Amino acid sequence: MTSRPAPSADQPLLELRSVSVSFDGFWALKDLNLCLSAGELRAVIGPNGAGKTTFLDVITGKVKPTKGDVMFRGRSLVGTAEHRIARLGIGRKFQTPRVYQNLTPRRNLELAVSGNPSPLNLLFGGLDANARDRVQHLLGVVGLEPYANQQAGGLSHGQKQWLEIAMLVAQDPDLLLVDEPVAGLTDEETGRTADLLKQLSGDHTVLVIEHDMDFIRELDSQVTVLHEGHVLCEGPMDEVQSDPRVIEVYLGVETDDLESVEDIE
Amino acid sequence: MTASSPSTLRRWLPWVLIVAAGLILPVLLPPFRLNLLGRFLSLGIVALGIDLIWGFTGMLSLGQGIFFALGGYAIGMFLTLDNLEPGKLPEFFDLYGVKELPGFWQPFSSPVFTFFAIWVIPAVVAGLLGFLVFRNRIKGVYFSILTQAALLVFFNFFNGQQKLINGTNGLKTSTAQIFGELVGSDLMQRYIFMITVVLTVAAWFLCRWLTTGRFGDALIAIRDDEPRMRFTGYNPTTYKTLVFAVAGGLAGISGALYTVQSGIISPQFMAVPFSIEMVIWVAVGGRGTLIGAVLGAVVINYAKSLVSEQLPETWLFIQGGLFLLVVTALPDGLVGWWRLGGVAKLQAMVGWPPRSPTYPALDLDPALRSEAGSIDSSAELEPIRPPGAQP
Repeated sequence: MTSRPAPSADQPLLELRSVSVSFDGFWALKDLNLCLSAGELRAVIGPNGAGKTTFLDVITGKVKPTKGDVMFRGRSLVGTAEHRIARLGIGRKFQTPRVYQNLTPRRNLELAVSGNPSPLNLLFGGLDANARDRVQHLLGVVGLEPYANQQAGGLSHGQKQWLEIAMLVAQDPDLLLVDEPVAGLTDEETGRTADLLKQLSGDHTVLVIEHDMDFIRELDSQVTVLHEGHVLCEGPMDEVQSDPRVIEVYLGVETDDLESVEDIE
Repeated sequence: MTASSPSTLRRWLPWVLIVAAGLILPVLLPPFRLNLLGRFLSLGIVALGIDLIWGFTGMLSLGQGIFFALGGYAIGMFLTLDNLEPGKLPEFFDLYGVKELPGFWQPFSSPVFTFFAIWVIPAVVAGLLGFLVFRNRIKGVYFSILTQAALLVFFNFFNGQQKLINGTNGLKTSTAQIFGELVGSDLMQRYIFMITVVLTVAAWFLCRWLTTGRFGDALIAIRDDEPRMRFTGYNPTTYKTLVFAVAGGLAGISGALYTVQSGIISPQFMAVPFSIEMVIWVAVGGRGTLIGAVLGAVVINYAKSLVSEQLPETWLFIQGGLFLLVVTALPDGLVGWWRLGGVAKLQAMVGWPPRSPTYPALDLDPALRSEAGSIDSSAELEPIRPPGAQP
């Protein structure tokens, strides 16, 4: 992935233009507009069923928008296969930690760090010293060095979360889409995750979906509130939290639990 | 780890047995038994392919018989043509009033073409079939059903085409001559046995090479979480197609070897039960262990032939029971059970204290042992790693 065009200053890295998604007549996303500039850290919140996960599915190519367009560096992603979108430089962490259970953390990372994902490269091309160092470094960053050579299926929930985040970082995408990174983590781990994501922004563009308001506050970034498939408001956390509309959707209105639309596959 | 440590012994014992068997048996066994062993060993090659796609990549194919029979037909057609006097047609064509050799038979008069056809044709057919299925993201039980349906289609086609490939009667190879010697003769069979041993070992090395490196990691990753692979930039379709084609090629080689040792190739090689049996060999031997696939094929088939000689009616019950035993008690198959220290567990179960490598007083303390046991059983025991794969 050496031939990525350099992002120009005025062009947003990612742009969603009035994206709508319908699942058999139910509109999971309705006329959603969103812009992300390069190097930004953005948090997305919203009550259950607001369409947060569908929103990631649309960007990563898992779900095709019924209407509208998704632009990455000025190029439409609609109709592009998931693995090609990933190779363009978009990485994703899932809501529940998804690691390769029967591989060791080291091998999980080695698969993620590989620059050329063709079978021939995996068969004949070794991992270069640089990539090995990165894997070793990341194992240290997420504290998995002692477990590097045992099967990832035996790790605790928090360790799997961190392993998946490390895999995402190893992949070195320009845009990191992180779905609920601190679900099930302790307070200390949550703090460290926030630090890690803040460190990553700048070089990378990071979009975080989370329920944990303390965590969002720690991120200290622009917040986008989704509600019923469209953007309710945008701004810094304090501003958003005092917005009467936000208070209403979080406290006043009953919503159906539609989060289960995720990962039926 | 020293060379004599128990886990090294556990790992190498199956190999020692196989090499010893390959060297000693041709001398010891009477030709009939040797021929049986050779046949079953060649079935080990198709089982290796199944282990590759099922044990490692998680795709349960019930249609390996297609590729197995294609390899068998390739060698069968070659031997049929090779033994004709110039200008003559195979006998059965006269029966059905065919006056001219069908076009697709022509290239099989060449030994070089046949040499490649045995594995390339099944690999290409598997690759095409696989590509169409995998591209449409058909997996799991739907994939299994689809492969079985494809198997039935091939079976019915070959069964009904008297005028093309002698239909249900198949092609006889035992009475054909090659290098001036009958294929069915004792001497020829001994050579074929040795070729089978060499090819089985070669197939094992191929599979091991495919499964130990990062390519093997990718296969396991596809089995564990295919969408995750996609979002990391890998295209699982390419990997699955490739590995399915390799399994198809292995099945073709296996089929060709089996054909020259059993003396005939017929559409029965594409019968549904036979392809299911192949899966049972792998399950009993141990999925994801490679060596287990070969052992499973040889041991089960040998047991089948021995039991069938004595009590013809009982084999199906024994096979069914074996499969049930593996599914319920030995999910990792015999080799997996062996590698996970099954012998020691069995010893402990019957109250015979196992050898203790460290502190006997601690290791054999009943309270500590039951504690360790509860930890053991709660951990995920999935030894789907080939031998020596851990860095």
